[in-house]
Amino acid sequence: MKTMFINFMQHRKAALLISFVCMAASLGLIYFKGLNLGIDFTGGNVVQVEFAQPAAIEDIRSVLASIGQGGSVIQSYSDRGVIIRISANEEEARRQTVEALRSKFSGMQVIRLEKVGPVMGAELRQEAFIALILALAGILIYITVRFRFRFAVVSVAALVHDTVITLGLFSLTGMEISSSFIAAILTIVGYSLNDTIVVLDRVRENWKNLRSQGIVDLLNTSINQTLSRTINTSVTTLLPVIALYLWGGEVLRSLSFALLVGIVAGTYSSICFATGLLAEWWIRAPQKD
Amino acid sequence: MLKRDRWRLGIVAIVVVAALVTVFPISGKINLGLDLKGGAHIVLQAKESAESKVTEDSIERLLAVLRNRVDQYGVAEPVIQREGRDRVIVDLPGIQDPDAALELIGKTAELEFRSVVEATASVPPGPQRPNYDSDEEFQRAQTRWNEARAQIESGRENLAKKGEGIAGSRVSKDDEGRYYLLGPVLVGGKDLVDAKTQYDNLGRAVVGLTFSSEGARLFDKATADNVGKQIAIVLDGIVISAPVVQERITGGNAQISGHFSPAEASRLSIMLRAGALPIAVEVIENRSVGPSLGEDSINSGIRAGLIGASLVFLFMLLYYRTLGIAADAALAVALLLIFAGLISLKATLTLPGIAGIVLTIGMAVDGNVLIYERMKEEARAGKTPLAALDAGFKKALTTILDSNITTLIAAAVLFYFGSGPVRGFAVTLSIGIVASVFCNVLVTRALLQHFMGGRGAAGSVPHRS
Repeated sequence: MKTMFINFMQHRKAALLISFVCMAASLGLIYFKGLNLGIDFTGGNVVQVEFAQPAAIEDIRSVLASIGQGGSVIQSYSDRGVIIRISANEEEARRQTVEALRSKFSGMQVIRLEKVGPVMGAELRQEAFIALILALAGILIYITVRFRFRFAVVSVAALVHDTVITLGLFSLTGMEISSSFIAAILTIVGYSLNDTIVVLDRVRENWKNLRSQGIVDLLNTSINQTLSRTINTSVTTLLPVIALYLWGGEVLRSLSFALLVGIVAGTYSSICFATGLLAEWWIRAPQKD
Repeated sequence: MLKRDRWRLGIVAIVVVAALVTVFPISGKINLGLDLKGGAHIVLQAKESAESKVTEDSIERLLAVLRNRVDQYGVAEPVIQREGRDRVIVDLPGIQDPDAALELIGKTAELEFRSVVEATASVPPGPQRPNYDSDEEFQRAQTRWNEARAQIESGRENLAKKGEGIAGSRVSKDDEGRYYLLGPVLVGGKDLVDAKTQYDNLGRAVVGLTFSSEGARLFDKATADNVGKQIAIVLDGIVISAPVVQERITGGNAQISGHFSPAEASRLSIMLRAGALPIAVEVIENRSVGPSLGEDSINSGIRAGLIGASLVFLFMLLYYRTLGIAADAALAVALLLIFAGLISLKATLTLPGIAGIVLTIGMAVDGNVLIYERMKEEARAGKTPLAALDAGFKKALTTILDSNITTLIAAAVLFYFGSGPVRGFAVTLSIGIVASVFCNVLVTRALLQHFMGGRGAAGSVPHRS
């Protein structure tokens, strides 16, 4: 059987730099460009309609403008189907919009409508935040108990890395963030951790060789020993998620996109970022034992 | 194979048979969420006002009236439940017209008959540019229209001032912009015993009312006192019509004619029969999905799942060959167990839930990958296949548990905080994790030991299990 050995640690500074640049860029995007929060968070009205014949976006926009809803966001997902996010919040505005469209495009069908009040949106924002904090805290505690504190810190740093980069890509693409995005982020958190843990678990196993090998070699050995597992699991997890992204339908697209980005970032962070951090930390401040 | 290892195969066989019995035939056994089968999910918030406070009692009565309305409207398996102190969740599966459902549920439907003290003129329709020859004429027409409107608005203030002297009076508007100063309530919705859709002699839909004996007496008196004058029919504070009383009406029957479509008339009848909501409500969330979209979602979810699963099956087979067969068998059992788990926990499958299952397909084989990679290492270190198998399982086990427990922590948080569809994702993810760990550890091992044992390797290596 062939064995491969890649000296990951040799490039750890470059790898860490890439990660930090990506994170800084993501934070910059989130701060300056912002995120496209869906109505789950902001409150609002969304209607998804399907026309009997293909309809041009400009025609739809002019109908909306004629009833004072020119600020609505129109997104088409097929030549006959569009999702309209109505700028006004009232029930009445939605009813008017649907009526106006129906009189212009006969045979139009409303296949989905969603209305979220501003109160519910604010509650969800708060709950999402608490959920994320709780999940991170729970995981931090678990790893601290099972491993050592520094491992927990670098794992959580890897999670933050993956989450920030996923958010950054959502900002860049302008893709909408809905409540299922929270599900995606928490899954990414779970997955990325899974990946990092497998590597760190091997580090723990090899820890007895610390004195003879030194931290850099020890990490290198551990990464390489787990490398084919890391890659294979990423592949088997990515395959269904790609299928979900391509064929899973419109509603699941943003969820599967988040998973896609998160899994790639998670794989990278468990191979290069978490271990790189651990190495630098150890070199600067070695611990006894 | 050692005798000791037989228990493993036994457990796997029992679980698989139990799961098969639970799952097949699958049709109709899985609870589908509203996003998959179509329907309306509505959250109502009770609004406190001076007349009606939010109390245990008023919320209970609110639930009763809502149930009554929904039942009369004819919805199969509705869910109407209280959430928190002052919220009510109404789930209506299979609703075709979400707007109609919203009307039916969100309207207070407080019906009142009041005498008309005084009324302003109605607001004429605004001028339309195409009807005028020049911009100037159009401008003048607009100015005139604005003046007329302002006059009516000032008329409203006059009415309000006059109303201060009359006990129980109120000022209401109709849908033509006219304001009425109304006297106290003569007869109300609580004095009704029945309401149904009827058609007048012009074929228009009207709502026919039957009063209780007390209501009939009040209505009799009201019409007798107001012959030749207007009586306003007020619904939720809006005047829907204000007919002139031609003659005294005895017998306790009346008709409301607005500009109803037959569907509107039938909804109003239902609301009047079920009674007014004891407390006003506001729709704070409404998610409605048509049945066609739900079906599309199921189909695309299944398609994505099948494609994803085939790719994973293929990958494992190509990369691990014989070991891949065992991994694929374990994955198939894991999928079976997920559905069995969904059915026996009576969990609701939502669209994100389907995504959770698809994701689990990928993550489920992770355990196998871990075990196999470990086995390869052990074999490289010079162990016999069976010893490598044993060591591989043993060493990989803690890693498998550690990595899955952290995902479970995330899923548990998600379940606790998420609502509806997102919670469905947490459920399938959790069931999927438990099922796949079971399959990695027991199914794969039983299969592999069976394979290898069959080749005569058993007994050649001492192993504990």
